[in-house]
Amino acid sequence: MKDELLKTETVTETNNKVIQVKNLVKKFGSFVANKSLTFDVYRGEIFGFLGANGAGKTTAMRILCGLSSPTSGEITVGGYDIYKETEKIKKNIGYMSQKFSLYEDMTVSENIRFYGGIYGLSISKRKEREAEMLAKLKMDEVKNKLISSLPLGWKQKLAFSVAMLHDPQIVFLDEPTGGVDPVTRRQFWDLIYEAAANGKTIFVTTHYMDEAEYCDRVTIMVDGRIDALDTPDKLKKQFNAQNMDEVFLKLARGVS
Amino acid sequence: MKRFFGFVKKEFYHIFRDVRTMLILFGIPIAQLLLFGTVIKNDIKDAEIAIYDQSKDEVTQEITAKLLSSGYFILDRNLESINDIEAIFKKGKVKEVIVFESNFGRLLEKEGKANVQIIADASDPNMGKLLANYTTGILNDYITKKMGEMKVPLQIKPEVRMFYNEELESVYLFVPGIMAMILMLISAMMTSISITREKELGTMEILLVSPLKPVQIILGKVAPYLGLSIINAFVIILIGNLVFGVPIVGSTILLMAETILFIMMALCLGIMISTAAKTQMVAMFISLIALMLPTILLSGFIFPVENMPMALQWLSSIMPPRWFIVILKNIMLKGTGLLYVWKETLILLAMTSVFTIVAVKKFKTRLE
Repeated sequence: MKDELLKTETVTETNNKVIQVKNLVKKFGSFVANKSLTFDVYRGEIFGFLGANGAGKTTAMRILCGLSSPTSGEITVGGYDIYKETEKIKKNIGYMSQKFSLYEDMTVSENIRFYGGIYGLSISKRKEREAEMLAKLKMDEVKNKLISSLPLGWKQKLAFSVAMLHDPQIVFLDEPTGGVDPVTRRQFWDLIYEAAANGKTIFVTTHYMDEAEYCDRVTIMVDGRIDALDTPDKLKKQFNAQNMDEVFLKLARGVS
Repeated sequence: MKRFFGFVKKEFYHIFRDVRTMLILFGIPIAQLLLFGTVIKNDIKDAEIAIYDQSKDEVTQEITAKLLSSGYFILDRNLESINDIEAIFKKGKVKEVIVFESNFGRLLEKEGKANVQIIADASDPNMGKLLANYTTGILNDYITKKMGEMKVPLQIKPEVRMFYNEELESVYLFVPGIMAMILMLISAMMTSISITREKELGTMEILLVSPLKPVQIILGKVAPYLGLSIINAFVIILIGNLVFGVPIVGSTILLMAETILFIMMALCLGIMISTAAKTQMVAMFISLIALMLPTILLSGFIFPVENMPMALQWLSSIMPPRWFIVILKNIMLKGTGLLYVWKETLILLAMTSVFTIVAVKKFKTRLE
């Protein structure tokens, strides 16, 4: 794992910004969910978005995905303006939500076919991607099985692969490993590393602090603000902490 | 376009693989139609009647004998006073009273004209009308036979009165009513459930993140149900016609066009519901309580609109099925053309456009 980590860090140094956010504000009535966020995400990195529930991380991610519109701020995703070029952004991002987002009453193949279809993949392209994907996941035998009959871990890996079916630049993962056992979680992160190594940018929200250690850079949100943004190692040094859990607790309690 | 067809195909997978959905779509309509059709009887046998004969002559005796030998009627008693009529109806056993005017036979012979009053208990309106029809039929039969014997044209004037429900509005209405109810149920409830299901499962987010446009999602959701509802409408009309003999007097094309309009209206209503409801449960409850019950109670399907209190009449006029039932009744039973139902059609069109605008608008704003 360490090797891949190093590799992605060198990519970061090329300063290739794939997401740029400047002064992002999101208000729901009088409640301010995002208080002027500013950050950049580089191509090929695994960018972790951490925070307690209600800290505003999902809100920010939904804005970047185009599911929600910001109150103000300058934002580009994949080089496209979030206000004017939403259609181009949509073609360049993949998204996986907390829920698995595959249709339980359809087979593995049918799901792949459907998602390939809505992203406008040609039939030959889709078949090629499907074969590739099933081979990689070792799921070729179950391709005609209903999703509902598969174990949770499989569904999750499949959902991640389907989110990358159309070869997006950036993949957004919203708490992808919620409610999954540690072994499956580990396997899932292997998939994430592999995607990052292939040049995909991974934007992931989580509240598992051990997962924060796997990220190239981590943002910690508290109360709608970004309180810290750096590599896990530097954050631990800065806060004089053993692990990310401690970093987070120190931040949340207002100790710095 | 390819995307759209892929989406529609996916919807069909959902529909055909869910036993409950299939049951609601095809089982319930047929079951309801057969149930309502059988409960509302359209055949009579041994109905108890009373006769108030003020004349007691040869002719009235003949007619009475003819009535009683027909197999449809049994004489409960002879009445002696006009006041007995109301009392005997209140007991509930006697369903029809026949009143011959005094000097019936003499009037018929001299002036060729005599009056008979047929009073039916129309608290069961269908029954009331049937009894009156049968009685009138037997009277007419008697006249035609008598005419051959005599030279003067004879005329017995039956005056039919329906007790308790003079308008007799709901009799043939059960097929149009059921049709309005089922189309409303399937179109509105099923679309609202299928959209909220995607919200619940989290797949809606994926669809919204994808390059699919909201309009494509809406149309993709609606198209399969439009098709299935049209099939359902066909089945209902067919069963109504073959099993219960409900006629289709008017233009079939007009009937289908109006039906499609009504289905579209209900589909838009379903989308509107889905924008307000977060879960399938809520969507179902809104559909059932806000659509089903008013359809049954306020649309004139079971209870005639004319008999409602003014406030409810106003309320019923914002119920789309009310207008659809009028249209169906006109086309199916009376055979009238667009000329007679343009007002109702316009109302449905207006409702459809309002619902469409609200649905599309709300569906989009939900993304914000």
